[in-house]
Amino acid sequence: MAEIPEHLLRRSAEAKAKTLGVPVEQIMAELGGESVPAAAPAAAAAAPTAPAAAPPPATPTIPEGVRTQRMLTVVKAKAIQGAKRKPTDKVNVWPHLLAIEFVALLVVMGLLIVFSVYQDAPLLELANPNEQPNPSKAPWYFLGLQELLSYFDPQVAGVLIPGLGLAGLALIPYVDRTRSIRPTDRKFAIMMFTFFVVASAILTIIGSFYRGPGFNFTFPWRDGIFFDL
Amino acid sequence: MADGNDSGNGRTTLGERLSGVGERIRASEAWESIFRPGSPFRKGYSDSPRNRSYVVMNNVLYHLHPVKVKRHGVRLSYTLCLGGLSFFLFILLTITGIFLMFYYRPAAPEAYIDIAALSTDVAFGQLVRNLHRWGAHLMVITVFLHMTRVFYHGAYKPPREFNWVVGVVLLFLTLLLSFTGYLLPWDQLALWAVTVGTNMGGYTPVFGDQVSFVLLGGIQVGGPTLLRFYVLHVLALPFIIVIFMAVHFWRVRKDGGISGPL
Repeated sequence: MAEIPEHLLRRSAEAKAKTLGVPVEQIMAELGGESVPAAAPAAAAAAPTAPAAAPPPATPTIPEGVRTQRMLTVVKAKAIQGAKRKPTDKVNVWPHLLAIEFVALLVVMGLLIVFSVYQDAPLLELANPNEQPNPSKAPWYFLGLQELLSYFDPQVAGVLIPGLGLAGLALIPYVDRTRSIRPTDRKFAIMMFTFFVVASAILTIIGSFYRGPGFNFTFPWRDGIFFDL
Repeated sequence: MADGNDSGNGRTTLGERLSGVGERIRASEAWESIFRPGSPFRKGYSDSPRNRSYVVMNNVLYHLHPVKVKRHGVRLSYTLCLGGLSFFLFILLTITGIFLMFYYRPAAPEAYIDIAALSTDVAFGQLVRNLHRWGAHLMVITVFLHMTRVFYHGAYKPPREFNWVVGVVLLFLTLLLSFTGYLLPWDQLALWAVTVGTNMGGYTPVFGDQVSFVLLGGIQVGGPTLLRFYVLHVLALPFIIVIFMAVHFWRVRKDGGISGPL
């Protein structure tokens, strides 16, 4: 039978003695008696003086069917192997994602080239500061704001609304504190965002196609389109 | 060395010589210093999990991605590739923009003359200008749609709040880039669109006149405005947007990759 190292026996006995409130020697004797019946007195006696006094034989003979392990301590499963992250279903970026991205890139590139071959970018006559075309329109992404200018004071429509809009957009994650990403839990946030997106889209479309000379209302099918990209 | 791989009759064919050259180039220290261990350019590509990882790890551009992503993230219907396409359009606009810079002078009448000459005197000049203009409009659209996609997936929620803010800055910079570029052809459309746009800046309370003056380099859109918008368009704003894009992409990875699934 394999010898249990002296210091481990001693530590185990001290711990046991502390919980039971009995002297260490008594426990040591019991422990020794349990594990190594033959060498019990010798081990208990030699404990404080010479741990290596009796070296075990080079190849101890273990009888068949004798268990040589001994439980020293119990470690709860979560203490060392508790996984913090749930394993997720993942795929390799190559080829799965890169192939899709490459096709998407080719499709957009192809559409853009075809469109560019058939549709030239506009180039009107040379800029002339003395001759303002009627109507004068901002680039299309500002036409929603230009549309607002005809309803509100310039300071409100030109500065306040875009400034607050941009700041509000940036602050969304700090205002919307719902942690869930399920659409059913976010009805209010989705409703508000959709409202502003649709409103700005409608304003942009009105400003682009339904405003003619003098930025007055027109119908594109009646008076033509006053819109350049 | 050339006679190392003799064929049966003791003479080397041209094909053997050429393939020998290829092998020696691939075995050379110079080649191996360029392509990192495991690169398909060293030993060729065979499909294995290890090589699939190496493809991503050994390419500086693919390295924007992790080796693996969540399965729902590669579905086309989840992202519609909008963020990636915005980045692709930015690269396309950079390349076509550099081409256009070779033929463009940012001065009051010359700019218009150069753009007009581009469509007749320069090979592919009109096509490249068209690509640049339509690509720019498309980029505004893809960036905006990317933002709405991210909102509807709730992908701005912790830990991704700050990356949403960076994204809003990127949207704003994209609009500024498009707007500064709008003036550069120096035709009636450019002049008056920018005049209408910059008039709004003049309505800024208290120091509106100063904002307008700094923006235009004068009291109305003119030669100084053209130079100012040109420098902003080709140098200052791209410089800033690249920094924000680097932070944006880096944070996507650091915040745990793609959000979801819903």
